Amino acid sequence: MISEKAVVIEKEQLAEGIYGVWLKTAAAAEARPGQFVMLNTGSEAHLLGRPISICDIDREGGSLRLVWRVAGYGTGEMSRLESGDGIDIIGPLGNGFDISVAKGAENIAVMGGGIGAPPLLGLVRALHEGGAENVDVYLGYRSAAAGLFLAGEFKEFAAVHIATDDGSEGTHGTVIDALRSGGKQPELIYACGPMPMLKGIKQYAEERLIPAYISLEERMACGVGACLGCVVKTRFKDGHSQVENARICTEGPIFAAKDVDI
Amino acid sequence: MNTAVEICGVKFKNPVMNASGTFGSGMEYSELVDLNRLGAIVTKGVAKVPWEGNPTPRVAETSSGMLNAIGLQNPGIDVFIERDLEFLKNYDTNVIVNVCGHSVEEYVEAVERLADCGNVSMLEINVSCPNVHEGGIAFGTDPRALEEITKAVKKAARQPVIMKLSPNVTSIAEMAKAAEAAGADAVSLINTITGMKIDIYKRSFLLANRTGGLSGPAIKPVAVRMVYEAAHAVKIPVIGMGGIATAEDAIEFIMAGASAVAVGMMNFHDPRTMLKLIEGIERFMEEQGIDDLSEITGIL
Repeated sequence: MISEKAVVIEKEQLAEGIYGVWLKTAAAAEARPGQFVMLNTGSEAHLLGRPISICDIDREGGSLRLVWRVAGYGTGEMSRLESGDGIDIIGPLGNGFDISVAKGAENIAVMGGGIGAPPLLGLVRALHEGGAENVDVYLGYRSAAAGLFLAGEFKEFAAVHIATDDGSEGTHGTVIDALRSGGKQPELIYACGPMPMLKGIKQYAEERLIPAYISLEERMACGVGACLGCVVKTRFKDGHSQVENARICTEGPIFAAKDVDI
Repeated sequence: MNTAVEICGVKFKNPVMNASGTFGSGMEYSELVDLNRLGAIVTKGVAKVPWEGNPTPRVAETSSGMLNAIGLQNPGIDVFIERDLEFLKNYDTNVIVNVCGHSVEEYVEAVERLADCGNVSMLEINVSCPNVHEGGIAFGTDPRALEEITKAVKKAARQPVIMKLSPNVTSIAEMAKAAEAAGADAVSLINTITGMKIDIYKRSFLLANRTGGLSGPAIKPVAVRMVYEAAHAVKIPVIGMGGIATAEDAIEFIMAGASAVAVGMMNFHDPRTMLKLIEGIERFMEEQGIDDLSEITGIL
């Protein structure tokens, strides 16, 4: 974990309200897919860092790619970053995806909803580099017009299935509808997206006894496990907290779906 | 030039520590901050048994501050002693353990468990958490209840006792006097100020607990005023906190009467805030020709 001033190498707009940067940062050296960083714009009115998931990692180049949706002040300020700008970063944070469980699994489903897609790109790259075959990626978007950001990049590593809320591209409905219509039952699921989608995936996976790993988010203040702001209810007593609460920033953000009450 | 201070017989290498609840037990920030440089580490409130805390969302950002309603989630005194206090033995800094409870008996039992812990320099008794309904703030807003709990804790404690006061009272001077009269060795203030934030689009509260404690630079002028009033009301040392972000802020508190200062929310903004304070205080003393902090402590 490091805390430093990162520098923007490259900035991109991927769709309306969706921005990305490549940041030069020492945090890249130890980062894993599924981890996140805290970014702080240095505002005196908006003091807390913004937790942003790591989309992709360039270890040789010492840089991290981050992609976010503008949701408020902090992400709005970040969308105005330009090449050469500095931004305070703490990271990498959290546990990241456990890729070892993919060993030997056939039919892996990677499911992303909206701004849940970015952290899955690094995961799919890592699965691909680890030799995993039969990875199917299911990506849900609002509509084709609102932008199918990152979908093309996923295609480099896996088969991509699109679902849109309005049916303008791919399956009309959710990523779970797309998974069902494919007819292929996965042996392992990785997912990131809005809470209703994650609840649906948890239920789908539990009914079929499929291991599913989901990435959670919650409002957080510190990102390093100190403030206890970002907990999720767990099915078992958590070792750190000694109660049925785990810190999303530290024990997560990736949890086995069966272990959390969402 | 001497930045060291002594409070209730305990020597601090400098007057800078964290506010309880904003730094875990130091462990969480130990990769980013050299804990040896701090005057003290104040651990997150711990109770006799583990507490679950409040539902989420527990935190919300506000202008130059934040609201929190964690609800004193903690792992209980046994795990705290075995894990957190054990971890802190690796560092050369004072450890102040913040203790919470639902009843006088619960506070006393936790304090008794800490009696034989060699690396605990002081105790800070949390009678001011606004997010816990039983105990917590109930003891911190009624002077008679504050006296009762202070007496009970003092009887059980082997370490000097700091009573952490709530700003959610009409007269902070009266509360500080009550703590002093009951035998408190020091007081610390302010805890957070009760607040609320509403999401106008969802037409609901930002925090699941509806109300939370406001901290951060937004509350600093309130805190300075209360530290000033408390310091003038009692003879025991006052530890000042509430929105401290810079060395200049810390010096305001010291001039208002604080013997030491704590950084709270700003640890989240920049984990190096306490280190910047230590360096900034030294720089200020040098510039102003101050040899010892006692020269400016409570000069107003």
